Amino acid sequence: MCGIAGLFLKDAKLEPDLGSMLARMLSPLSDRGPDSAGFAVYGAETPGHVKFTLRLPPTADVDGLLKSLRDELGEPIAHRLHGTHVVVAIPADRIALARRVLAAFADIAIVGAGRRMEIFKEVGRPDDVSEQFGLGAMRGTHAIGHTRMATESAVTTNGAHPFTTGNDQCLVHNGSLSNHCAVRRDLIKKGLSFRTENDSEVAAGFITAKLSDGASLQQAMESCLDSLDGFYTFVIGTEAGFGVLRDPIACKPAVVAETDQLVAFGTEYRALVDLPGIASAKVWEPAPGTVYRWELH
Amino acid sequence: MLIVDLARSSVRELNAGLHRLAPDSNETHWRVRNPRGQHSIAVGLEQPVVVEIEGHVGYYCAGMNKLATVVVEGNAGQGVAENMMSGKVWVKGDASQAAGATGRGGLLVIDGNASARCGISMKGIDIVVKGSVGHLSAFMAQAGNLVVLEDAGEALGDSIYEAQLFVRGKVQSLGVDCVEKPLEDEHKHELRRLLDAAGINGTVDVGEFRRYGSARKLYHFHVENVGQY
Repeated sequence: MCGIAGLFLKDAKLEPDLGSMLARMLSPLSDRGPDSAGFAVYGAETPGHVKFTLRLPPTADVDGLLKSLRDELGEPIAHRLHGTHVVVAIPADRIALARRVLAAFADIAIVGAGRRMEIFKEVGRPDDVSEQFGLGAMRGTHAIGHTRMATESAVTTNGAHPFTTGNDQCLVHNGSLSNHCAVRRDLIKKGLSFRTENDSEVAAGFITAKLSDGASLQQAMESCLDSLDGFYTFVIGTEAGFGVLRDPIACKPAVVAETDQLVAFGTEYRALVDLPGIASAKVWEPAPGTVYRWELH
Repeated sequence: MLIVDLARSSVRELNAGLHRLAPDSNETHWRVRNPRGQHSIAVGLEQPVVVEIEGHVGYYCAGMNKLATVVVEGNAGQGVAENMMSGKVWVKGDASQAAGATGRGGLLVIDGNASARCGISMKGIDIVVKGSVGHLSAFMAQAGNLVVLEDAGEALGDSIYEAQLFVRGKVQSLGVDCVEKPLEDEHKHELRRLLDAAGINGTVDVGEFRRYGSARKLYHFHVENVGQY
């Protein structure tokens, strides 16, 4: 099972509603993935900064963390709290230093990093997860989300999607991979590390490795067709938009709706029914084994 | 005409109302509003009623249909008209995977495209797709007819038994044991009947179709294959 929702806005007037639209898309997908949920939102950038989304334990000393960052980086750190996550803006020329500071806090995880991407994920009913992070108030140009029904690894926050594949890049997956152990071993030999036993994290790592070898996103997604065995529909978020790939036998469902204002991806049409203009949208099923991309120009 | 608004009633209530109908009921015309992609709308109907659905439906719409006519004024999700026994299901948009799966009778008409595995394991249903069908359509098809006015994807008719396949456009590839067969007058006559039933009267030249069916090589064990086991 699992459910995926992706939303790409062509019309800037809808940007304030991005989060509330995504929350309404994820809600009916609870039936397909009730155990965890997560989303990546591509919002405004802070020039000269990279945003880190950090996951904190309930007892975290946020002030202590911010003070350490300020002391080491030499300037106050803008931050936003969203439930168990905090987004901090790190000066782009001091990222390595910030990572060293964060490494000293053993219970704080870096969920994602990017100029525009923020990632939030947690165990729980999708509606509760959306509420906890305040998804409904988030704005931006595009977003992808996931509701999980675990098959290949445990129900944990680390096992929830999206998985980040590099700055401003993330992946969500519906399906299950059958050769993820072998692919993981190959990637570990290449120097990648993994946090979980999850098959989808391997797919994310595979994309990361291809991109760092110099492949374009299109090429990296196409190479999934040769190297990954199993069932998958992937949605891969980038700073400019998102891409979609279904396995060649199309085991997992997928629907796309397109209007003059937006492009929306849903595992089922039920995820799309509240979008503006849906009654007159072009609604279609992406072909198997074919890379689709929608990006800002 | 009865109108059921699925924004106010549940699919279960709609289906229960349809299942309660007696054979001589006067409630023969139903309209369903706000389907919003919900699953299992108008399944298991057993009376000769007409059910029109205003919009896109989810999975298994009109499954197990008997005698009824179900019209989907939009797209249908997976398994539309699965295991249909008789009657007619008409999808005015596209259909997702496994349309008409295991259908035993009746007519399924899809105005748009059908995706993968259309007519999988069909057992007597007639399916007319005005667009194209995806890969592995008519997989293990046993009886009935699949008519495709445009193209067919990979592995058409893989492991087919005695269903007949008619395709007007390009076939990407034929599956195991599926071969082209001559289109004789009797087949053109049958094709004309199917196109007429689908409401395509005289607008399509039946001579443009190619016919496919079973080579019947998988029917029996061949002793020369003994080494394979």
